[in-house]
Amino acid sequence: MTYTTHADLGGRNCPGPIVPEPEGELFHAAWEARALALTLAMGATGSWNIDTSRSARETLPDYERLSYYRIWLAALEKLMTERSQLLPDELAAGRMLRAPQPLRRVLRAADVPAVLAKGSPTERPGSVPARFALGQPVRMRRGPFEHHTRLPGYVQGKAGTIERLHGMHVFADAHAHGLGEQPQWLYTVAFDAPELWGAQAEPGLRVSVDAWESYLTEAA
Amino acid sequence: MAHDHDHDNDHSELGEMDLRVRALETVLAQKGYIDPAALDVLIDTYQTKIGPRNGARVVARAWTDPVFRDWLLNDATAAIAALGYTGRQGEHMVAVANSDTQHHMVVCTLCSCYPWPVLGLPPTWYKSAPYRSRAVKDPRGVLAELGVHLPASTSIRVWDSTAEVRYLVIPQRPPGTEGWSEEALAGLVTRDAMIGTGLARSPQAAP
Repeated sequence: MTYTTHADLGGRNCPGPIVPEPEGELFHAAWEARALALTLAMGATGSWNIDTSRSARETLPDYERLSYYRIWLAALEKLMTERSQLLPDELAAGRMLRAPQPLRRVLRAADVPAVLAKGSPTERPGSVPARFALGQPVRMRRGPFEHHTRLPGYVQGKAGTIERLHGMHVFADAHAHGLGEQPQWLYTVAFDAPELWGAQAEPGLRVSVDAWESYLTEAA
Repeated sequence: MAHDHDHDNDHSELGEMDLRVRALETVLAQKGYIDPAALDVLIDTYQTKIGPRNGARVVARAWTDPVFRDWLLNDATAAIAALGYTGRQGEHMVAVANSDTQHHMVVCTLCSCYPWPVLGLPPTWYKSAPYRSRAVKDPRGVLAELGVHLPASTSIRVWDSTAEVRYLVIPQRPPGTEGWSEEALAGLVTRDAMIGTGLARSPQAAP
């Protein structure tokens, strides 16, 4: 199987303006607000996790042509139809045609504030010592990866420095594919711009990513 | 934002997306997967309760209280929680402070990760391919496009939020604001200043 993400955009110079937007201008159509809320409400049912939904979005074949809430909506429909929670003919008919699938839970209006305030922390208590230390030079692994990953292409194979340790966190690459949490140490790794972009890089620029331990190797 | 129950009033011009989302919502409600009232609460929450005014209060506190500022820089999750802002998409916070010599800027090149409890929902440009692709390579060009021109002596530090850590930029406190109240200072703190794609407003530009 080949896993293709269309969301790994760092350094790609995608054309188009960056259009300022006033604070408070959250939605550009009524359906966008409903799509957001439907996505959050279905996410709260425990039918999948956030890494699974990111994977569903980034693998949409038409990702690059869709607006962001269209991406969310298409991924939501995909996640639900994969689980037979929703049938394509139901969407076409606009009404229920098959009995519902059992859900772990349903988000009720009264519970929304508490659910949002709690969130879904990903740090896990860990007894495993960190393999890398603050200030240590490291080199990032290289793809291709045949699965969801949070290691952006523009840092793959590049040399950086450990700048922060964040404890052990749920490993997105495994979690996205139903393989459990498999927590690992999470680091901030910073790169000097010439390492990423060559001699033309902006002077003084440093860029960091947050990287799980298995993304890192000792710098040779 | 209207999810009201007068949908059938005037809807000759309902768009394809409106119809599609309404069909989806209807099916999910009939199946008992969603509580439509919960959708209303979710939308209202991000329209009226959780937005960049929360982050502005955090920044204004950091500007006026050095002990809080140190706490924020050392344990942002706890310091921000002390002001009442916690939860979804802000479970693990890091705050970084701008100075004369360094300017911080935040992006998510892989999707749209953003610190919701303090900034609310991200603006459209933050989620767009042009910003996500260029912020890590040409941040000074991105800033210029947004009307921000930094001195050449200020270096730029970009944070790509690729995991579940969320970043809040503490902009520099504008000169001429000595003695201002926290509330007045918060009025100078824009959403973009806390992403690092803007600066705090000057007192002359205060709303």
